[in-house]
Amino acid sequence: MSYLEYTVKNVPAGPRKILFLNWPLALLLAAVAGVGFLMLYSVAGGSFSPWAEPQMKRFAAGFVLMLMVAMVPIWFWRSMAGVAYLTSLLLLVAVEFFGSVGMGAQRWIDLGFMRLQPSELMKVTLVMMLAAYYDWLPAFRKSRPFWVLLPVILILIPVALVLRQPDLGTSILLLAAGGGLMFLAGVHWAYFAAVIAAIVGLITTVFQSRGTEWQLLKDYQYRRIDTFLDPGSDPLGAGYHITQSKIALGSGGWTGRGFMQGTQSRLNFLPEKHTDFIFTTLAEEFGFIGAFSLLALYALIILFCVVSALANKDRFSSLLTLGIALNFFLFFAVNMSMVMGLAPVVGVPLPLVSYGGSAMLVLMLAFGLAQSAHVHRPRQGH
Amino acid sequence: MKRPRIDVEANHRLLSRRAAILGGVQLAFVGALGARMQFLQVDQADQFRLLAEENRINIRLIPPSRGEIFDRNGVPLARNVPSYRIVIVREDAGDVEEVVQELSKLVSLDPDEVVRAMAEMKRSAPFLPITFADEVSWDDLSRVSVNAPALPGVTPEVGLSRVYPLGSDYAHVLGYVGPVSDYDLERIEDPDQLLRIPRFQIGKVGVEAKIEETLRGKAGARRVEVNAAGRVMRELDRQEGIAGSDMQLTIDAKLQSYVQARLSGESASAVVMDAQSGDLLAISSAPTFDPNLFVRGISSRDYKALTENKYRPLASKTVQGTYPPGSTFKMITAMAALEAGLIGPDETVYCPGHLTVSGRRFHCWKRAGHGWVDLETSLKRSCDVYYYDLAVKVGIEKITAMANRFGLGERHDIPMSAVAKGLTPTKDWKRRVHDQSWVVGDTVNASIGQGFMLASPLQLAVMTARLASGTAVKPRLIKTIDGIEQPSGAGESMGMNENNLRKMRRAMYEVVNDRRGTAYGSRIIDDAVRMAGKTGTSQVRNITAAERRAGVVRNEDLPWERRDHALFVNFAPYDNPKYAVAVVVEHGGGGSKAAAPIARDVTLQALYGGEPPLEAYPTKDRDRIKNQQQVLRGVQPLANIAGSDQA
Repeated sequence: MSYLEYTVKNVPAGPRKILFLNWPLALLLAAVAGVGFLMLYSVAGGSFSPWAEPQMKRFAAGFVLMLMVAMVPIWFWRSMAGVAYLTSLLLLVAVEFFGSVGMGAQRWIDLGFMRLQPSELMKVTLVMMLAAYYDWLPAFRKSRPFWVLLPVILILIPVALVLRQPDLGTSILLLAAGGGLMFLAGVHWAYFAAVIAAIVGLITTVFQSRGTEWQLLKDYQYRRIDTFLDPGSDPLGAGYHITQSKIALGSGGWTGRGFMQGTQSRLNFLPEKHTDFIFTTLAEEFGFIGAFSLLALYALIILFCVVSALANKDRFSSLLTLGIALNFFLFFAVNMSMVMGLAPVVGVPLPLVSYGGSAMLVLMLAFGLAQSAHVHRPRQGH
Repeated sequence: MKRPRIDVEANHRLLSRRAAILGGVQLAFVGALGARMQFLQVDQADQFRLLAEENRINIRLIPPSRGEIFDRNGVPLARNVPSYRIVIVREDAGDVEEVVQELSKLVSLDPDEVVRAMAEMKRSAPFLPITFADEVSWDDLSRVSVNAPALPGVTPEVGLSRVYPLGSDYAHVLGYVGPVSDYDLERIEDPDQLLRIPRFQIGKVGVEAKIEETLRGKAGARRVEVNAAGRVMRELDRQEGIAGSDMQLTIDAKLQSYVQARLSGESASAVVMDAQSGDLLAISSAPTFDPNLFVRGISSRDYKALTENKYRPLASKTVQGTYPPGSTFKMITAMAALEAGLIGPDETVYCPGHLTVSGRRFHCWKRAGHGWVDLETSLKRSCDVYYYDLAVKVGIEKITAMANRFGLGERHDIPMSAVAKGLTPTKDWKRRVHDQSWVVGDTVNASIGQGFMLASPLQLAVMTARLASGTAVKPRLIKTIDGIEQPSGAGESMGMNENNLRKMRRAMYEVVNDRRGTAYGSRIIDDAVRMAGKTGTSQVRNITAAERRAGVVRNEDLPWERRDHALFVNFAPYDNPKYAVAVVVEHGGGGSKAAAPIARDVTLQALYGGEPPLEAYPTKDRDRIKNQQQVLRGVQPLANIAGSDQA
């Protein structure tokens, strides 16, 4: 469907659009961000600085950004998909040359007023690009090998660039989001089965070869994989964070130790307590009830996105909204698995809660797109 | 490009289906996350809460104050005094180098110590205090306090340090304390947590080491909340420790001081023991050293001087030194024969100056011989041949058995370091150790306390006390712990024939009081406190036949380390024995000349509870004694201390 086919006259126009926003979704986002402010206030020892206050300002800016993006018709955004994708790709290449080194990895470009992480931006633009691609692609071609290879290349280029930074967490997220979108678009399931089989086979071979003559990796690489998969085997090194994180979570119990009473975070046993591990502070201070509530809020956000996407007859809008929801899901699922000791520590923040500017702005931009799709969805009648 | 409606519908259905599948997967994952939360936060909550508490709560030990040690009259022998040290906290100091510079203008800092402290500071967390100067004087401390504003991060800290007010007099008895070493930790099984405190002082030798546990006390504990870096955030609660037990020794400080002074200049030792109760009133070894040096950490130069001194100041000769007892052993041989009924009344032996036993000639110390001697004369004039003759009749088994009954060859149970067992040889022992059979010559040597026989001054004092009291008295060094009187050393009767014991005491009385006795020169004139004793001179070299023909070389002509040991044992008063004394002067020559006068002076000092009147001495000695008393008064730390209840 091209934008010419939108029943434009049924779509609200002008400032009235704001009434047709997916308000429940916007409120849920604000609620999650509110939890973030609370926790950042707590980990700073009961202070708005240095984290809670900038985070609130950023969220306000992000919220305005979301509204602005939502006001722009979705067909404009679809036409921008290719440009956006290429721009992010160029920025990713740029960090290779001009990026600053933060935490041992080249990740961001200093724009003066903020630090831009092109890999964050890429998460959204990749989804946009793929949604536009499958909107454009006639249905009967979607499982033809050439037309499958094309999006795979679109995914792998940014994945490779991000992996070089090196940022394993984000590249896995990109890979999963891209793959997910291809799955949603209806690419034949056999491709996915083949890829999964190939990955399982590769991993099995690598591990089977261990200790034999044709060992594929060096011994130290295996050891690194061991600690990566099971941090508990290195309790003072990699395992320290995860152990302390589990202690914080577990000691929360049902109702938690009370706001600002978490000993693990207050006494600095928790690493990165304002960024990647902020969930542990929440779980420690508000217990199972608090932690589960946040999980429920996240699940509701996904639910509202899915409902909005399925109600939308526009293919680009549906795919985009589902892709954004999937991205969001991957974000919090990986972070929570990581801090609960279910997944290796890969450095993925908790969306909207962890302290961090560009992640927050990019997320709000993405939800702006979802809102635009919601506002400008094709309507029946008249 | 208009797409067929059907196509659009089919596409949307496929999308919905796929979205449902993906949504289902997501939901399942959310469910798994929820289940994990439930597992960690509900099922395992208690365990993790415990771990969180362990993380957060640290137990800090509060060192207890060490028990203090007093003499039997309450004179302090080991005390704890406040010691001040200057510490710097890095994070408060800012520029540490500059602060140290400022500090060194006010107090003298040991450059080595500063280097060490700077290195320690680099290693430790910034909030930990590092000691820059230990044992700081009060004046230095006040100077630092006054200038506190100019010295950020510098604080004085008070601790307790061990001090021995009477210093060297008790070096061998009390020993000393020092910081716990790695060696100490290895040696002790399951060491007290306290020992892990840096610079914690524990007893190294002597009483301090032997009753370390009693003196140390129990650590208190402070439960504190710490953060991940180990910084103390606040104190949760505090439980004070139990201070170590104070104790009183049986030692009489005034007497100990005198004995130590009297022995100075010699390599000698003396033990004064209560003949009835076994209380050790003085137990001195000379030369000695200042234990306070060791508490502070002795310099290698001082330590070298101590170890290289040929008089061995570090050795605790009263208990650690073993010597052939020489003629002081003759009472044992005589008692063995008397108890076996082998000496008839008025039995005499002829001493021609030597005795040939199984082809070997054994000499009496008097070449010309003593002529006809009976038991009393044999002891009085210390005739060796009489005992050679007895030895052959009695045999080594009975002699050794008798020696053991008198406490020789027994490790007496007193809390001093390296208490020696001595040696009372048996046939088995010789076969085991030397792989040779016992020959009768060995018995002959043993009968006069030579050959294999070895005894410590403490053992000789115990032997004398048992002879004097007729009871199996045991030495006791600890009088009270926490004010509780410890079991007395008084013993049961030894079950020996009282007539035999009386004969021995009488003979010993003759040794000192008969004009022909070997210790007549060291007699006491005061009739109320006559003493009885026995001299001993033990050879540390073999006298060859050739030397004997040419005339035995006089001790004075020999190098110091080859001269004979001089020994003397005695008890007094003769008719009501109160004190038993043993004196050994290493390489001092003859017992009558070198050891007996010391024993006499010490005995008098004990009997009078202070300086005895000159009238107690023989008239011709009084001038010399007067001078000696004057000299000794000057070197006794306690000579002017009044209040002793002994006088």
